[in-house]
Amino acid sequence: MVDVQLDCQGLICPMPIVRISQAMRKIASNQTLEVTANDPAFGADIKAWVKKMGHTLLELEEGDIHRAIIQKS
Amino acid sequence: MEPNQESLRTNLLEDPVLQKYVAELVEQKVAERFDRMQLSIDQALPQVQSVASPAPSDRVTLFVFSGDMDRLVSAFMIATGAAAMDFKVTMYFAFWSLVALKKTTRFAQKSLPQKMLSAMLPSGPNHVGISKMNMLGMGPIMLKMMMGKQNVETLPDFIALAQEMEVRLVACQMSMGVMGIQVEELIEGLEYGGVSTYLDDATDSKLTLYI
Repeated sequence: MVDVQLDCQGLICPMPIVRISQAMRKIASNQTLEVTANDPAFGADIKAWVKKMGHTLLELEEGDIHRAIIQKS
Repeated sequence: MEPNQESLRTNLLEDPVLQKYVAELVEQKVAERFDRMQLSIDQALPQVQSVASPAPSDRVTLFVFSGDMDRLVSAFMIATGAAAMDFKVTMYFAFWSLVALKKTTRFAQKSLPQKMLSAMLPSGPNHVGISKMNMLGMGPIMLKMMMGKQNVETLPDFIALAQEMEVRLVACQMSMGVMGIQVEELIEGLEYGGVSTYLDDATDSKLTLYI
């Protein structure tokens, strides 16, 4: 079960990352955020973003619609 | 002999004069050592500080010079992306890039060349040209349509987003003076600065770009 869901479909670089960073600010430590997006750069971007921010990427499914679950550090 | 020596030692140890002397000697030696330690700490501290200060902090500083839409959009993409990665972002706007920050055009209190420049320059972020294939303004219209189809934010959207994300937007006062751009012509929420403002931020940044 994820704590918060965020739909970034239709948004393109850098907007998914912008919306994710805004959403992550609102959740507490250890809570999880599920993101769906269809930006082709999403997979690479989300990996780089969690690495910089120190959060954990619990799941990443890449496809026509990408799905990622991030846990806040 | 032995018991005598023993008693002599006991007597000596209990001698208040000797006890006082030993206590004072210990205190003096400790103080000397401590002073030496303090001195070496005092000498080492500035060195440690000088090593610590040039280490770049989590900052990104962009020097935006171009007034072309494609370059400006790229600059704002990097700025908002970096802000989303928790970098402190500063964008410096000099010369042609200043048109992106314009909200209106005024002609009062400007010299003739400045008036001519104001008339010829784009009136704001919605009217800037592109760096290649501008084709008398056809290029930007087509590019905007193509960007819109891909859902890329427009330049005015990016400027608003950057301000919302607390990206510092600094207008170069020297360029403003040369080109005759007045504070009243630019959007609200800007800072104004010069080359040392930029250098102070840039030398303390992990990344600085000239766009």
